[in-house]
Amino acid sequence: MSTSTGQQDLFATETDTMTDAKATKGAREKTAREPAARGAETAESMAKRQREISVSEFFTKNRHLLGFDSPRKALLTAVKEAVDNSLDACEEARIAPDIVVTIARIGQSEKQFTMTVEDNGPGIVKAQVPNVFGRLLYGSKFHRLRQSRGQQGIGISAAGMYGQLTTGAPVRVRTKPGKKSVPLAFEIKIDTARNRPEFKDTAIEWDKDHGTEVAIDMEGEYRRGQKSIEEFLKLMAVANPHVKLTFKDPDGNVIEYHRGTKELPKEVEEIKPHPHGVELGILLKMMAESENRTVSAFLQQDFSRVGPMVAKEICAKAGIKPETNPRRLDAAAVQKLKAAIDATKIMAPPLSCIAPIGEELILAGLKKEVEADFYVATSRRPVVYRGHPFAIEVGIAYGKPGDTLHMTDAGKIVEVATKKAENQEVLMGNADEPIRLIRFANRVPLVFQQSACAITKAVIATNWKNYGLQQPRGSLPIGPMVVFVHIASVWVPFTSESKEAIASYDEILEELRLGLMEAGRKLGKHVRKGKKLANEFKKRNYIETYIPHLVVALKDILKLDEKEAAKARESLTVVLEKSRKL
Amino acid sequence: MAAKKFTPQPPPKKKARGPLSDFDKITMKEITACATHVLAAIRAQGKPELKFPDRSLKNARYDKKDGYFVMGRSRVERTLSVNTVKSFAQTLKMMALSQQLVDEDDFATKREAYYVSKNWDEAKFEEQPESDAAMDDIEALFSLEGVMREHLRFKADEHGGKVAGQLVVLDRDRESGRPLRIDCTGFGSGAYSIPSSVEHLGFETKAKFILVIETIGMFERLSQHNYWKTANCILIGTAGVPTRATRRFVRKLSDAHKLPVFAFNDCDPYAFSNIYRTLKVGSGNAVHLNQFFCVPNARFLGVSPQDIEDYDLPTHALKDVDIKRAQDMLKNDPFFQAHKEWQKAIEMMLKTGQRAEQQALAKHGLNFVIDEYLPKKLKEAQKFLP
Repeated sequence: MSTSTGQQDLFATETDTMTDAKATKGAREKTAREPAARGAETAESMAKRQREISVSEFFTKNRHLLGFDSPRKALLTAVKEAVDNSLDACEEARIAPDIVVTIARIGQSEKQFTMTVEDNGPGIVKAQVPNVFGRLLYGSKFHRLRQSRGQQGIGISAAGMYGQLTTGAPVRVRTKPGKKSVPLAFEIKIDTARNRPEFKDTAIEWDKDHGTEVAIDMEGEYRRGQKSIEEFLKLMAVANPHVKLTFKDPDGNVIEYHRGTKELPKEVEEIKPHPHGVELGILLKMMAESENRTVSAFLQQDFSRVGPMVAKEICAKAGIKPETNPRRLDAAAVQKLKAAIDATKIMAPPLSCIAPIGEELILAGLKKEVEADFYVATSRRPVVYRGHPFAIEVGIAYGKPGDTLHMTDAGKIVEVATKKAENQEVLMGNADEPIRLIRFANRVPLVFQQSACAITKAVIATNWKNYGLQQPRGSLPIGPMVVFVHIASVWVPFTSESKEAIASYDEILEELRLGLMEAGRKLGKHVRKGKKLANEFKKRNYIETYIPHLVVALKDILKLDEKEAAKARESLTVVLEKSRKL
Repeated sequence: MAAKKFTPQPPPKKKARGPLSDFDKITMKEITACATHVLAAIRAQGKPELKFPDRSLKNARYDKKDGYFVMGRSRVERTLSVNTVKSFAQTLKMMALSQQLVDEDDFATKREAYYVSKNWDEAKFEEQPESDAAMDDIEALFSLEGVMREHLRFKADEHGGKVAGQLVVLDRDRESGRPLRIDCTGFGSGAYSIPSSVEHLGFETKAKFILVIETIGMFERLSQHNYWKTANCILIGTAGVPTRATRRFVRKLSDAHKLPVFAFNDCDPYAFSNIYRTLKVGSGNAVHLNQFFCVPNARFLGVSPQDIEDYDLPTHALKDVDIKRAQDMLKNDPFFQAHKEWQKAIEMMLKTGQRAEQQALAKHGLNFVIDEYLPKKLKEAQKFLP
């Protein structure tokens, strides 16, 4: 039971945590305040307690912001962060990703698991390993505007810290940066007070050309069904048909998600921030860090789409001389500059930094993982919100095989036989259930907080009745359908750091609306055709019910023999079915 | 012990039947011809179609000279399709049943035929009106060749009318075939009941007219008080719309002895159209056989709207359905359209908005009808409504 102490701390109820916090605070106050008289605080007494809050301390108290608020979710979040990192690394190195996710129980425990994610990526150089896995807010992605899965460099180290806090075990990493490099194994602990990694590394044997494997022991809860790891990986496979995924669950089952294409996503360009997407705080920071010595050069060099003319216009509007050193501007001047930027017409940012999945690959992903009898996809051209380019893509898989009818070339209507699904996790709901909405941001499935998400709002706001589906007021439509929505952007506006829901910017909602309508119109055609076919099938069944009776009557009256009767039956069937127009 | 479920035994071997009658031969020929026609179309990979006479008032023509509704040329063409495949199958099954009945010299009542269909799985009739309609269709189809429902071996389940008066009906004993003489004066407090098939009957009578009475209550009053003796007539109670057998019986009797026929009904639109008009000229639904099943020389004795005024009868207000029916009679019924007297009577009824029952005469005493009303009316038979 020694490890469970940490657990209890982390998952203590709100009141418990508060008491805990008070207790420590009280103890600290006691020593600090002993000489002072009881009563009102002074600036000095308060100053004694004001100190830097370590990132790890912040994490412990705000773990829900990062997606570690329940044992079940924690396990999934850890997998998600590790897989995101692996995919980003593989794609940047132009390697077709091959990823193995393993969840294993620690001992017989149902509460502690080892999560392992292994990739065939480019590996990580020795000096960076401890920082990547043992330091929060350390990474390559926060400082640049480039479409990638991770954004802040907080994910995998947060998972490691969570593991350390709940089990006391270090993060274990194996990596090999290239064929000729020596593979190394690391054990990394995070110094939670200083946000610095402590580690030891050893050279090992690893039969692999290149790649990285991270293993984290953590408290968790393993479940199947909705919002499970299995479902997450399946969604990952839908949006990333170029990835080969293997999942080994705690009971030893192995599920493989095969590659649907060899084509890697288009390589994306990194862009500089667009002036309209920059907030005051960031502007200040950029000015302080800029290597440029004049405001004019700063505007032209550190932003996209700003040329000499535009820089001049901004400076004029702000009443700032273009030659001023940006570091010399006071806060009031920077505010003026910001207002001038917003008031100036600036060309939209380049859209080449966006790599949508593309209609073809959305279809490939859906066809690979969702059994349906109709697929449609729409990929909208990138547009801009607040200076950030983004693109919306919509895919629809409709109709369950077995529920659907098919007309053969000979004009016969047949029921399509049901194929057994290869993967256990079935995304498609029944005909009388709400549709399943699957959301993605930069190819990463969004599993939680569906109702808070702009995508959900847009799907609900779409009138699906126009496309032949039922839709209760203010709800998702009803039907055997999976709706896939993807937003690709250099900066996806999530509602929180746990990256679970997209914020409802007007520009994004509008693009979602247009994308859904475009896909919906194509769906509508199919649904109407299906309804017609179903109706026709019913009628033909009806015909086939009464033909035998008609023939028996003729046989009785005219004393036909079996052969003649069979001939009449056949001929009658042909006559009646042929007469049906479709 | 579990109750044993009934399992039907195979039917005993068919009795050899006598030779087919001429009518049976026609019936068999028609059934076979129809089935052959359908099969030929199927074999040619075409859509078989059957042309049924349109059995509705729209297809009824009325000519005073003929004295009954005559079927027009309108035909309902039923082509085999999704919508008609069930009724097509049922119609043919029904013909097959009819063929079998002729073959075995048997018959089925309409209700029995309905129950026989319960063996037809999906092709069975849910309700009897459906099987009746199929039967009527076949009859209408073959009526062009003079085949009637009775020839198809289907009988009505409906009761015949009641008869009292100076009439001897000549029938045959069912077993021995010996002639039977049925004296309609000899039923005491009962009455002779008209059989479902009347074609073979003969009549002996010295009565002067036939009085056809709508309600059994009035029929009983008149027969118990031996009104038939007083007035030297034959009383027939129809209890509502006269059945086909009753109509045929009255017609045969009237034709055989040149007897005038007077109808004694309630005074309301239903009594005028559904009861009296059907008796006299037939109905839209049976338009294909009115020729035989109507009594063109019938006349309407009462109770007329004028009687309500003349005899100061107690009345009820017309209901909405009554008013609608009366308006429909004026607008769509060729019979009423052909007779001004009727139009006047109906308009008068609509104007007053009142109807009266036969029994309303009892206001002036229970036997007022016998002592005063009928004798007075019969003296002025020329004033009866046509």
